[in-house]
Amino acid sequence: MAVAALPGEAGPDVDRTSLKTKLRRAERVNRARSFSLVAPLLLFVLAVFALPIGLMLVRAVENTEVRETMPRTIAALDGWDGRATPGEDVFAAFVEDLVQTQKDRTTALVGKRINYEVPGARSRFLKAGRLVDAGGGGPWREKFIAADPEWGSVEFWAIMKRAGATFTPYYLLTSLDLRQDAQGAVSRNFADQSIFVDIFIRTIWISLLVTLATLVLGYPVAHLLAILPPRHANVLMILVLLPFTTSILVRTTAWIVLLQSNGVLNDILLALNLTTERVQLIFNRFGTVLAMTHIQLPFTILPIYSVMKSIPPSHLRAARSLGAGPLTAFVSVYMPQTLPGVGAGCLLTFILSLGYYITPALVGGPQDQMVSYFVALYTNREMNWGQASALGAILLLITLALYALFNRLVGIDKVKLG
Amino acid sequence: MKLPVSASESFVEFAGVQKSYDGEVLVVKDLSLRIRRGEFLTMLGPSGSGKTTTLMMLAGFETPTSGDIMLDGARIDSLPPEKRNIGMVFQNYALFPHMSVAQNVGYPLKVRGRPKAEIAERVAKALDMVHLGSFAARMPSQLSGGQQQRVALARALVFEPKLVLMDEPLGALDKQLREHMQMEIRHLHERLGITVVYVTHDQSEALTMSDRVAVFNAGIIQQVAPPAELYESPANSFVAQFIGENNRLPGRIEAANGTLCSVVLANGDVVTATLTDAARVGEECLLSIRPERVKIAPPGGPLDNHFEAVVAEMIYLGDHVRVRCVLDSGADVVVKVGNVEDRPVFAVGSRIPLGWRAQDCRALDAA
Repeated sequence: MAVAALPGEAGPDVDRTSLKTKLRRAERVNRARSFSLVAPLLLFVLAVFALPIGLMLVRAVENTEVRETMPRTIAALDGWDGRATPGEDVFAAFVEDLVQTQKDRTTALVGKRINYEVPGARSRFLKAGRLVDAGGGGPWREKFIAADPEWGSVEFWAIMKRAGATFTPYYLLTSLDLRQDAQGAVSRNFADQSIFVDIFIRTIWISLLVTLATLVLGYPVAHLLAILPPRHANVLMILVLLPFTTSILVRTTAWIVLLQSNGVLNDILLALNLTTERVQLIFNRFGTVLAMTHIQLPFTILPIYSVMKSIPPSHLRAARSLGAGPLTAFVSVYMPQTLPGVGAGCLLTFILSLGYYITPALVGGPQDQMVSYFVALYTNREMNWGQASALGAILLLITLALYALFNRLVGIDKVKLG
Repeated sequence: MKLPVSASESFVEFAGVQKSYDGEVLVVKDLSLRIRRGEFLTMLGPSGSGKTTTLMMLAGFETPTSGDIMLDGARIDSLPPEKRNIGMVFQNYALFPHMSVAQNVGYPLKVRGRPKAEIAERVAKALDMVHLGSFAARMPSQLSGGQQQRVALARALVFEPKLVLMDEPLGALDKQLREHMQMEIRHLHERLGITVVYVTHDQSEALTMSDRVAVFNAGIIQQVAPPAELYESPANSFVAQFIGENNRLPGRIEAANGTLCSVVLANGDVVTATLTDAARVGEECLLSIRPERVKIAPPGGPLDNHFEAVVAEMIYLGDHVRVRCVLDSGADVVVKVGNVEDRPVFAVGSRIPLGWRAQDCRALDAA
């Protein structure tokens, strides 16, 4: 701006504009260069991370099966008042759709979708398909009801109508052990189908146990790492990082070898006469938490270590010289300064633990399976992607909510990962 | 080594203290030192000379390998730091970043279990003492280096320790602030009457602040003396070299006559010098002359030594000019000429007459 201040020059505004333009032009090149550096990774992340997650979230509420395969029935049900069994027009449309689905071999698909909400619906749809295949004419209403009185149920047709909507809250509600009755009122799900809240609580509880265990075991190690002379610290650091170089599957299998009833640990316990019979150490909660703690330890240790490393040793000495005993000095001066690292390490381990699948599946019992196990179950075995997506979406929401809570309590800006 | 402070006057005493970290090399060798009550004693020396180790042994962070440390008549070797009641100011202040200024200063009182009201009162007093009364609620990170230094000082003084240790407390400050803080610490010492042991490698800091200075080198105290004595009568050539500027003329002591001796330089010129304990007749020695004691004067005056030298360089320094000359013996001699109106101007290469008194020229060990 020195130029603009000179007398006799062009007006300062003119100069300033051109300066801003020049600045913007100069910055544009820089910005383009920075962007081109991150662009490959950004695209990669968008394509393989953001996009699949977005699609998964949509699947949690998407409801295409009935709408796409039974458009005529859905259209006919539009005019139905929901008070009594629908008339012949609805049944006729239903038969038309069934003819099509029998041809496309999609009857079972629709039946499966309705079966989620009306137990036994799948076999009823298959039977109806055979009925339609057998030919003959209407009126279909009486024929269907004669074959199975359930076809006359008002509740069934209400659910059928609802299943034709573009989106459904069914999967999300089920994930929270809730159900919607034929009238649309939300209430608690039947006891035999209410398993998910327990599973979420279990997932959070196991993650908390693992986080606590890694903190208790890892904090002293991090401290030792931070105060040892570099030569020894390096050896210890390699030991801490060693698990990273082994696959989770191998490590988890190793735990099975060690902990199983005829395993090494039981042999030792028996040989030392510490127990009289073999102890169940695996395929239960103990084994799950133990194996997960082992895997998660470095994730908790490293952020704590990096924060501890930055605390000058003179702080402890200052506290001692000012009259604090070793323990008081450690608790009042050292520990508060490690909190950002503790927060980061625990948050990292907790969030990673929430998503554990392989380890609990291999070393846990039926009561130790976490949400991910059920996501996999619904994706691979049940082929119910809506339910899998809804469970995933709720787990994601819980994670974000806990993260927000943590941010509120501790402040994420205070967290140091390294 | 003779101890200038008698046992009865002594407040802090090191008696034959040795320290080794690896069992092979002694970092501190046979240290004996007495410090008076209320004294400001500075340990001065290059890095690795053992001064900080000595301070850490006094504070209780290092254990002497052998020897005793006494504080106020009691042995403290086995006392942990927190039981010694010694205030300490660290090199980088070591303020606790998660505590406010008031909490930092109140920390020593809090761990001593003093009542809250008393803590508040004494913290306020201590902060007023270092002119930071209005900063109590700030966090250390919001303070400048000089302010942090004062907080550290207030924290070390608030519990009224018998002894305060300072480990290069001003090392991180810029020159002007450092000089200002030197005076402030000095005034606090005078006002409170506390005993201060101060460690520094800055010789001007040691000279301006201390009652006595102990010069360390290679784990041994080379000399303990008040600043003036240290500068005027260095005990050996290390002290002469380390404190202030110094002209060194190598030679051999030919003969001695009372306190005086005659020293022959490389070209046969003979210098009359003061004989010290560090040098012996018949041996090689180093003559030490302060630049401001070398005069540009023709022979015939009151000076004991007269030589001609060639002007090699003139360095302008504002308040004075340094004239670097080369004697016929080949030795460099730097002369300080005050920047007064009629100061002489010499051409480089011209020969000028130099002279100095025998008492300003000390014959020291050749090391």
